[in-house]
Amino acid sequence: MDGLRVGGYRRGVGHRLDTRLVGWRRTLRVMTERFVTRGFVGRPRPDGEGTAGDARSRTPPGQYLTTDFPVLSAGPTPRTPLDRWSFFIEGLVREPMTWTWDEFTALPARDWTVDISCVTKWTKLDMRWRGVSVDTLFEAVELLPTAAFAIASSDGGYTTNLPISDILNGQAFVAWEYDGKPLAPEHGGPARLVVPGRYFWKSAKWVRGIRLLDRDVPGFWEGLGYHNRGDQWLEERYSGD
Amino acid sequence: MNPIAWRLATVTAVRDETPTVRSFSLSIPEWGGHRPGQHVDLRLTAEDGYSVERSYSIASEPERAGVIDLTVERIDDGEVSPFLHDVVAAGDRIEVRGPIGGYFVWEALGSMATEPLFLVAGGSGVVPLMAMLRHRARSGAHNPTRLLFSSRHLEEVIYRDELDSLAATNDGLEVVHTLTRSQPAGWMGYDRRIDDRMIAEVLAPLGMGSRSFICGPTALVEVAANALVRLGLPGDRIRTERFGPTGT
Repeated sequence: MDGLRVGGYRRGVGHRLDTRLVGWRRTLRVMTERFVTRGFVGRPRPDGEGTAGDARSRTPPGQYLTTDFPVLSAGPTPRTPLDRWSFFIEGLVREPMTWTWDEFTALPARDWTVDISCVTKWTKLDMRWRGVSVDTLFEAVELLPTAAFAIASSDGGYTTNLPISDILNGQAFVAWEYDGKPLAPEHGGPARLVVPGRYFWKSAKWVRGIRLLDRDVPGFWEGLGYHNRGDQWLEERYSGD
Repeated sequence: MNPIAWRLATVTAVRDETPTVRSFSLSIPEWGGHRPGQHVDLRLTAEDGYSVERSYSIASEPERAGVIDLTVERIDDGEVSPFLHDVVAAGDRIEVRGPIGGYFVWEALGSMATEPLFLVAGGSGVVPLMAMLRHRARSGAHNPTRLLFSSRHLEEVIYRDELDSLAATNDGLEVVHTLTRSQPAGWMGYDRRIDDRMIAEVLAPLGMGSRSFICGPTALVEVAANALVRLGLPGDRIRTERFGPTGT
């Protein structure tokens, strides 16, 4: 095995000396150890400032930009009628809450324009959503001081775990509109958790509630070999990355 | 926990499956094996350090030690698949890591080895299902199994000859094709996109105790999975994986 070239560095090289993350030490390693794929050139990469440069700097390492909105899910798309839909917050809170659809969508909502990265490698910029901040939901229930982790659960049995430090202070919201229209079922409608700072599997489709815990419990993909935290800027795709 | 290591694989064989689909055999040092349905990540790096990664399903069965096959459709405006098709040749080396994924997996173990198996594929979505069928054949399982496979034209049916010969071994596998764009003279099979009625007809002999794996473009996966739910198959027995035009 060509040990000089493989496994010598921990994470993907990223897009061309991604100075956002790669310090000089790592740059040096990349320069000296990377394996070059014979004949691979890749797409043209415009240099300098401007739109293309901005898009590149917003694309995490190992990702490519897409204008589609790809769909990924592990099982069939659940369909819960809105009159039977509800959203709960429970666990380590002073006052557990359940909202009906009408109550939930009457909460103070706002528009969010965020960049999304999926572990399957696509990144889509400037995705426009409408929904309620997780902060607003937490204010309604008042977290206990012991609440440190959240696990979101969805119709169909899907779960994903997040430390609350990853979802507080405007970092996460529950959306019911995408691009000005009701969120389509295959994209997670009627409502989806959105956590733009993490790979998209953390943005639980068909979300129905959040449970607050004092310990970290792996969710669905986190228990199947995917990274527990999933920070796309650190390329935390799989366990151990 | 250690990260899944990048390994330097050597391309040992390249062969055409259809005019736009090609298979690559990769010999991978210290490869720990995989489970049918799992995928790998490839990383390509240019001279200037620019690199891209893509995920590809493994097409081969785990019984082949140290070697995996990938089957890749050429997407004309893609960044990676045209490179794999037009440039990569036997003897080339390529960075790979995996295996990845643990849910879209079928193995001839426990109850899975005996339960009826219903596979639904659209186009190159057949790749991870082929790993399951090859493994099933090698393991000697003879559980009732049906593959419903949607292709546009007969000449675009991936693994056509191998699927014919697997079905001919009479070990419980049946392959049902639908050709959605053109059909050869005298074609007796389905000639339309997969719909509820087709799912019901092809599933019927297997019954509601089946386990189902569906892989293809989003529209096909949605239709097939929704039909199975309506027919009464429990949601946790329907596993899906999507192949879209962005999976290049």
